[in-house]
Amino acid sequence: MADLVSHPDEVKVVSRRFGQGATNLDRYLELDGYKAVQKALSMRPDDIINTVKNSGLRGRGGAGFNTGMKWSFVPKQSPKPKYILCNGDESEPGTCKDRLIFEHDPNSVIEGVVIAGLAVGSNQGYIYIRGEYRYLSEIMQKAIADAYARGFLGKNIFGSGRDFDVYWHGGAGAYEVGEESALMESLEGKRGIPRIRPPFPAVVGLWGGPTVINNAETLASVPHIILGGAEWFADLGTPKNGGTRLFCLSGNLERPGVYELPMGYNLKKMIYDVGGGIPNGRSLKAVVPGGSSTPVLKPEEIDVAMDFDTLMKAGSMLGSGGVTVLDDTACIVKFALRTIKFYKHESCGWCIPCREGTDWLQKTLIRFHSGGGLMKDIDNMYYLSENMLGRTFCPLGDAAAMPMMAFIQKFRHEFEDHLDGRPCPFSNVEAVEQLPVLTH
Amino acid sequence: MRFSEQFEQRFAEMLTHYPTKRSVLVPTLLYAQDETGFLSDEVIAEIAGRLELSELDVRNVISYYSMLTTKPRGKFNVQVCTNIACMLRGGEELMEHCEKKLGIGHKGTTLDGVFSLEEVECIGGCSWAPAIQVNYDFHENLTPEKMDAVLEDYRRKATQ
Repeated sequence: MADLVSHPDEVKVVSRRFGQGATNLDRYLELDGYKAVQKALSMRPDDIINTVKNSGLRGRGGAGFNTGMKWSFVPKQSPKPKYILCNGDESEPGTCKDRLIFEHDPNSVIEGVVIAGLAVGSNQGYIYIRGEYRYLSEIMQKAIADAYARGFLGKNIFGSGRDFDVYWHGGAGAYEVGEESALMESLEGKRGIPRIRPPFPAVVGLWGGPTVINNAETLASVPHIILGGAEWFADLGTPKNGGTRLFCLSGNLERPGVYELPMGYNLKKMIYDVGGGIPNGRSLKAVVPGGSSTPVLKPEEIDVAMDFDTLMKAGSMLGSGGVTVLDDTACIVKFALRTIKFYKHESCGWCIPCREGTDWLQKTLIRFHSGGGLMKDIDNMYYLSENMLGRTFCPLGDAAAMPMMAFIQKFRHEFEDHLDGRPCPFSNVEAVEQLPVLTH
Repeated sequence: MRFSEQFEQRFAEMLTHYPTKRSVLVPTLLYAQDETGFLSDEVIAEIAGRLELSELDVRNVISYYSMLTTKPRGKFNVQVCTNIACMLRGGEELMEHCEKKLGIGHKGTTLDGVFSLEEVECIGGCSWAPAIQVNYDFHENLTPEKMDAVLEDYRRKATQ
């Protein structure tokens, strides 16, 4: 069970019921549980979609697409069943927020799924939880069973004449399955190889039916929007970036943890005030602001509002809300190597730029970090990343290329410090050449 | 090939959740592995038969998912995260410590079959780093000393 933290600047919406025993259905009902579904049952589908659209809720998985807009792409009439799919395959390094939602407030996710279903005219939803989160899958299975027992799910929910089924589904360890089309493949019992788009899942998704795929935090926000209203939610954040966000602070911080802060909260304040600053009298070297796939920021770049649009303008991304802080003892080359090693491990191998690109980046970085790098490798790695960007089947290739390019652009001097057989200046490891094929 | 009653119940229930049989494959493989330790030829043939898939189809899926294994592992699989957030807070040192302590490397198993060790990618313990999982249980905010206590605990459980 993960520890909870708090800070006076927090605005608790999604985390409102954390630590309140809300996994128990009676307790959940005391805390306004299932009121949102009942309200949504009395609303017209278009009104639900417009409410969510106007709330400025954007996808919390990383892409930041307007949720109501996404729902509006689902065709009204469909010969095949429509589905709602909750993406709980949280695995972006630096991100550990969906875990807390499932642990403390699983019913809010179920409610979000049902409301999404009412909005797009679907009567079936799946909640996909990554295989490593077994204890959360058990919590979710119980929450679903309890909801069925009370008639909140199944036939004629709340006596409305509407039927709605929600099922849980478990993964078995794969980052790429967090990509929406790979997620559908995995749920259909296959390897998580992404599908080509168009057609988009909203039109052709699970088993060929129109499918809405939303992150767990996104869906957990929906009931609060239905109850509190679009305007209230929108006003919590910045223009076009409604609401709050669970920010996962990690790395070299005094008080790491998951904090719910308004969209647009200042990053510098988040690090020094909420996170308690850098421990052991060290200073800040870099921040990865939204999970390992987002371009790194230098200390002089962190006075920014943490919303999708501002970070995009600052040359990075808000991503999945994972804020990883590096102090001045961290080696950027080693950090880049560990980041790329991850993407190389998780690349499904379906498309060449990603499969070969991540492999070559890893090989070059291993050699580089151990002192066998050449000056031209720095530009080669940049060129390689540049050529992966936008040329892969799914965003995994971009997720590797974007941070790599930023590491080289912003910390080129650290790469240069590793040249000519010099060992890593940040560790006491001897220089060894590990890649005979490419030695000078 | 016999699985537990709980497995059979869950399997039968899961089949009712989807329009295609195949959809239960990934979770079923993991639940089967939990009971048999690893996915043997026999288990693969059994599941392939039940879902009307070829064994090759099932093997293709197994090789994609990092939690699924066709090789035996120790009773307790110690999975140490060394991804960025854990690395910054001593995840690699923790992995080295486990290697020394258990006398095995990545994907190794101790001779007595109690422990396996694995260096894994992000397990979602970033804010409580460094984090590990032993089978499905999380242990967080670890130091080498705390790690020793965790391992000792499991060693005791293994003899009970």
